[in-house]
Amino acid sequence: MIYLDNSATTKPFPEVVDSFVAVATNYFANPSSLHGLGMKSERLLAQAREQIAAMLRVKPNEIVFTSGGTEANNFAIKGVAWEYKQRGRHIITTKIEHPSVVEPCRQLEELGFEVTYLPVDHEGRVSVEQVERALRDDTILVSVMHVNNEVGTVQPIEEIGALLARYPKTLFHVDRVQGISKVPLDLKQAGVDLCTISAHKFHGLRGAGVLYVREGVRLAPLIAGGGQERQLRSGTENVAAIVAMAKALRLAMERYDRDIDRLQALKDEWLEALAAIPDIEINTPRDGAAPHIINFSLKRGVKPEVFVHELEKSGIYVSTTSACSSKKKAPSKTLLAMGLGEDRAERGIRISLSFDNSREEIAPAVAAIKQAIKTLSEVTE
Amino acid sequence: MKYDRILIRYGEMTTKGKNRNIFVRRLKNNIARKLQAFERIQIEYMRDRMYILLNGEPHEPIIEKLKTVFGIHSFSLAMKCENDLDAIKETALAAVRQLPYKGKTFKVSARRVDKQFPHRSDELNYEVGAHILRQTDGLTVNVREPDIDVRIEVRQDGTYVTCRDIFGAGGLPVGTSGKAMLMLSGGIDSPVAGYLSMKRGLEIEAVHFFSPPFTSERAKQKVIDLVRKLTTYGGRIKLHIVPFTEVQQVIYQRIPNEYSLISTRRAMLKITDALRRRQRALAIVTGESLGQVASQTLESMYVINEVTNTPILRPLVSMDKLEIIELAKQIGTHDISILPYEDCCTIFTPRAPKTKPKKEKVLHYESQLDLAPLLEKAVNDTETLVIDEETGQGDEFAELF
Repeated sequence: MIYLDNSATTKPFPEVVDSFVAVATNYFANPSSLHGLGMKSERLLAQAREQIAAMLRVKPNEIVFTSGGTEANNFAIKGVAWEYKQRGRHIITTKIEHPSVVEPCRQLEELGFEVTYLPVDHEGRVSVEQVERALRDDTILVSVMHVNNEVGTVQPIEEIGALLARYPKTLFHVDRVQGISKVPLDLKQAGVDLCTISAHKFHGLRGAGVLYVREGVRLAPLIAGGGQERQLRSGTENVAAIVAMAKALRLAMERYDRDIDRLQALKDEWLEALAAIPDIEINTPRDGAAPHIINFSLKRGVKPEVFVHELEKSGIYVSTTSACSSKKKAPSKTLLAMGLGEDRAERGIRISLSFDNSREEIAPAVAAIKQAIKTLSEVTE
Repeated sequence: MKYDRILIRYGEMTTKGKNRNIFVRRLKNNIARKLQAFERIQIEYMRDRMYILLNGEPHEPIIEKLKTVFGIHSFSLAMKCENDLDAIKETALAAVRQLPYKGKTFKVSARRVDKQFPHRSDELNYEVGAHILRQTDGLTVNVREPDIDVRIEVRQDGTYVTCRDIFGAGGLPVGTSGKAMLMLSGGIDSPVAGYLSMKRGLEIEAVHFFSPPFTSERAKQKVIDLVRKLTTYGGRIKLHIVPFTEVQQVIYQRIPNEYSLISTRRAMLKITDALRRRQRALAIVTGESLGQVASQTLESMYVINEVTNTPILRPLVSMDKLEIIELAKQIGTHDISILPYEDCCTIFTPRAPKTKPKKEKVLHYESQLDLAPLLEKAVNDTETLVIDEETGQGDEFAELF
């Protein structure tokens, strides 16, 4: 098997699964219970919070555990909207955000909020000048992803943060789901107020994520109830998945320190091999892109969905654009926003790597890609 | 070219005359312990400054750790080069380029300590400034209030370039003022008192009174967590957990209600003083703040303090509650302190404690019961934990993380 769909989900590290099983088996008590076993669960939760905070270089009380990236993104956007609606009702985001950012924005629009969706350039990058021009007196939130999930473009988060430092009434949310453990970002230095990460994108398990909420930022809770997570996110904590997430993050960061140069070199090699195939066009920008995502468009006549299944026969797993929207037959919004045209945007394929991928996979995978294109072209012609 | 060292400037220690070396050595040891995870660094120290040679270790996490070491007035990232004009120009440029400099202003301040160096300070300012200006975009000169002050110091052993000063924690190196016992309840005040006493160079050992089942394991854990927070500033701290249930019950049963609080406090102080003798410490630190609660009126303090003539240090005595809370937040103990578990100070609280207790009355009531054996037993049964900044606690869970 050659697994090249790591931006959809990563394979959990075995040690992470071990932790999950150990916690779920031995420390199953409710962390809010008064007795000693409850206290142990509570300790585990506190230790996970400290470890994650230390790795993100923020304070433990700035970490809110959620069920994952989608909830964290929803919470950041709606939480700010409800809490600060007296201050203003304007939100700025981009045309290439993940659905878990776009859809809450759409819901807010129905409720009378105004949302500006900023365009991106041909490399998929939003410009700081455009953010500045879109800012208004009543702008309460700017939400920009760190690394685009479809093409891998890294957004100018630090620059936008520096700009927003001059607008204290506007909060800054960053969806860092694809960036964490792949592209460094110092949340404090970049002036980020809210930041989303999700465990299963760094070899943790599904069902756990984090919203970083800078001290001083208030959010209206989406999920009200027993008052867990400092009243911000009620519901009995998923201690096992959270501990597993803390371990996964530690291991993923260690892999970053050890392997980032190798991953970057691997991606370059992939790009070179793909660029040599005449029937595909690379969509990922050369510079300023994450080290793990490669996007290309197939030539006309090869349907992406069929291509994915054809490759699957050889045990090779890739995506059409993003997994979350791949079941809808629509052109990629990101590729469209990059101005690549409807035709090319309909034929996007994404290869996403992790630290576990190797050079040895490139040759057989590229051969299979060539073969698949050939087979499918013959069928459709 | 990267920052290759961190320059550390001493604070108040510089006034210590002949004793300065003791302070400097202690500071060096405290820093070395703090940075032991960074195996490649080297520390060079001299009378007036210290250098941490990075040898490829990342500077950001080291800077974060240095901010918590008492005895450091300020520090800066620095680069060293030869005493050669071209080398200085390149080094200064590289130093600026590592900062977010776009849209900022700068100036160059050169100092020529080594008078053999052929270029004068103002000449250096001009030459280096012009070089940086030519080689960067979006950077302008402002000699009055620059965002970036590029400092160049030409010394005999080489030229040092620094750009950014970071304030240190101030105070004196922990351990240079001797040792004291800190009475740690779990509330907001006592950890702050511990922090402030360490800032004055004291080494502390914490004493906590534990009354199971009236106070829970969570309350004990809370105190362990507070001590661990304090280890950020003091390396390794001993925590003495005194079993206090019996003493508290006897006092509650035998001393009139309005005086039970005073007697309890006296018992705590006696036990702490006994532990102090055992641990060879010379003072007791408390989080008392004058007038805050019934036991902290001057009359109460007088009656409580009557049990010992050991110096009792009260670093918070002049602070407002709000100032204390602010400091607790800064040092990271506040969020632990506000966890709502019963502690030794919240159980058995009388409905109306005396705010102006009479010494004679306390002595009279206490003479009716023989507390001494109970106190001695509490001292002997005290459990001592050593809490270390690096290893911390929670070994039970270590492999889960």
